[in-house]
Amino acid sequence: MSDLYLLRHRQTQGLNQLKTYIAEGGFDTWKKVVTKLKPEEVTQQVKDSGLRGRGGAGFPTGTKWSFLPNNIWPHYVVANADESEPGTFKDREILEMNPYQFLEGLMIASYAVQSHDSYIYFRGEFAQIATRFNERLAELTAQGLLGDKLFGTDYALRLHAHLGAGAYICGEETALLESIEGRLGQPRLRPPFPAVVGLFDKPTVINNVETLTNLPIILGKGVSYFRSQGTEKSPGTKIFCLSGRVKNPGNYELPLGTTFRELIFKHGGGILNDAKIKAIMPAGASSSLIPATDTALDTPMDYESVPALGAQLGSASVIILDETVNISDLVNSTVHFFKHESCGKCTPCREGTYWMAHITDRIVRGEASKADIDLLKAVAGQMQNKCFCALGEFSISAVLSGIQQFRADFEARVEK
Amino acid sequence: MNQLMKTHSDEIERLLAAYPPERKRAAVMPLLHLAQKDNGYVSGQAMQDIAEICDISVTEVASVVGFYTLFHDQPGGKIRLQVCTDVACKLRGATEYLNGLCSELGILPGGTTADGLVTVEEVKCLAACDKAPMFQSQIGDEIEYHENQTTQRTLDWLKLMTASMKREADHE
Repeated sequence: MSDLYLLRHRQTQGLNQLKTYIAEGGFDTWKKVVTKLKPEEVTQQVKDSGLRGRGGAGFPTGTKWSFLPNNIWPHYVVANADESEPGTFKDREILEMNPYQFLEGLMIASYAVQSHDSYIYFRGEFAQIATRFNERLAELTAQGLLGDKLFGTDYALRLHAHLGAGAYICGEETALLESIEGRLGQPRLRPPFPAVVGLFDKPTVINNVETLTNLPIILGKGVSYFRSQGTEKSPGTKIFCLSGRVKNPGNYELPLGTTFRELIFKHGGGILNDAKIKAIMPAGASSSLIPATDTALDTPMDYESVPALGAQLGSASVIILDETVNISDLVNSTVHFFKHESCGKCTPCREGTYWMAHITDRIVRGEASKADIDLLKAVAGQMQNKCFCALGEFSISAVLSGIQQFRADFEARVEK
Repeated sequence: MNQLMKTHSDEIERLLAAYPPERKRAAVMPLLHLAQKDNGYVSGQAMQDIAEICDISVTEVASVVGFYTLFHDQPGGKIRLQVCTDVACKLRGATEYLNGLCSELGILPGGTTADGLVTVEEVKCLAACDKAPMFQSQIGDEIEYHENQTTQRTLDWLKLMTASMKREADHE
């Protein structure tokens, strides 16, 4: 088995105990960063590493940090632990099993942009995890790893855990900020971007849990070590969340650029009951459907190659569909998800998801006519590029690609 | 007198300290979690108390309660059992599991058993897609995950939980 970095706890027992994490060299990098490196040197190394955001968008992390203006203070860092994309369960494993590496990453990011108060936004369902984090933060403060005058320098850092209460939209970064500020989780108009007007109207960096967990590797073991895995434009490893109709669902940490075939058949053990694979959703419920052709299966999973198949890598939540699945049932399920999670702020998303839910309900109940398939397509088409945020845009991915690639599945339901 | 402040003054001090002093509103969700811990839902009185602490209107507090799925403004069953039926779980039999469980309990999804102990709800993705079918239990503000479930396994667990609740109730 090759070395794991983000899921290191699978090879080192007890890594979620501070004692063990420190014994394994934990927080050495944190100390080095605070005592030996200037903030801009940290940012430069992260830029050089080519690390890209693991939450979905794949935006270069170091570049994101460098957008913060140096004449507006304070700066804030927020860790996005609102993991809730259907098919995504990677951050939860990190938070439960390798929490200190994530925290060390958050601390490094905070130092890089000179934030003194950083927040972790946990989804409400992670209440137990959040409670445990409050204890961990107290431990770190008692050990002198957080607090004032760190390692004898003038740098001070406090971390705060903030618990959500069940709203997928809060994973959208501006909705997340609204939620911390005590309002409904509804996205903000951009610009201004959070890098300039973010949390409490101050410059803010928002990074995903997995993104932050990479930082102790980059700053600790060096840029070239990090770049030795993955591809030129998508360096490093990534946690692929494999679920759906496979024999061994689970999290797999593999180099970016690993093919779908290797993930599904080598690591995932193939399809349940050895059925035939039908389609892949590489980015959870937000994903377009990729027919599982040989070309698709041999495509490397990285930020450049997956778009060539008409989809996105996103958070790499790979849901597998086999021949037993009727795509109209699947689309009905994703549409209901987005209808429930639409925040209601903009009309195309609020109304569009509502009507798509009604039409797909009719289809799966066998009460629809052929014209309803075109109606569904029309409603989705009218939403396209008109929604206030990505949630609405993502709600139509499976609908449009599903009708386009698997129209026969819809027709089989209406002709009954 | 602010009842919530009276019973939880230290905890509330600690919660408020996490945010800039002029941004007290940011404490509204932590305070709602705290209030919900007391009796499993947020009462009208608690909303008023929170509004006062955060210096916002009761309507604003109520809108936050209404927006987020995990805040409840009505008492439900003592045990809220929330089953994920989203795409990945559905592909591994979550819908059949939910229906089987509800029919055993004699309720519909969203309903509460006649003894008022158990509410079963259908919820959205809980980030446990590889261990479906699964549910989370919400008892007061305590949330726990239960993975790789079968109807029988869940019923056995419920039996244990409700028996201990009934015992507690008898003692009181």
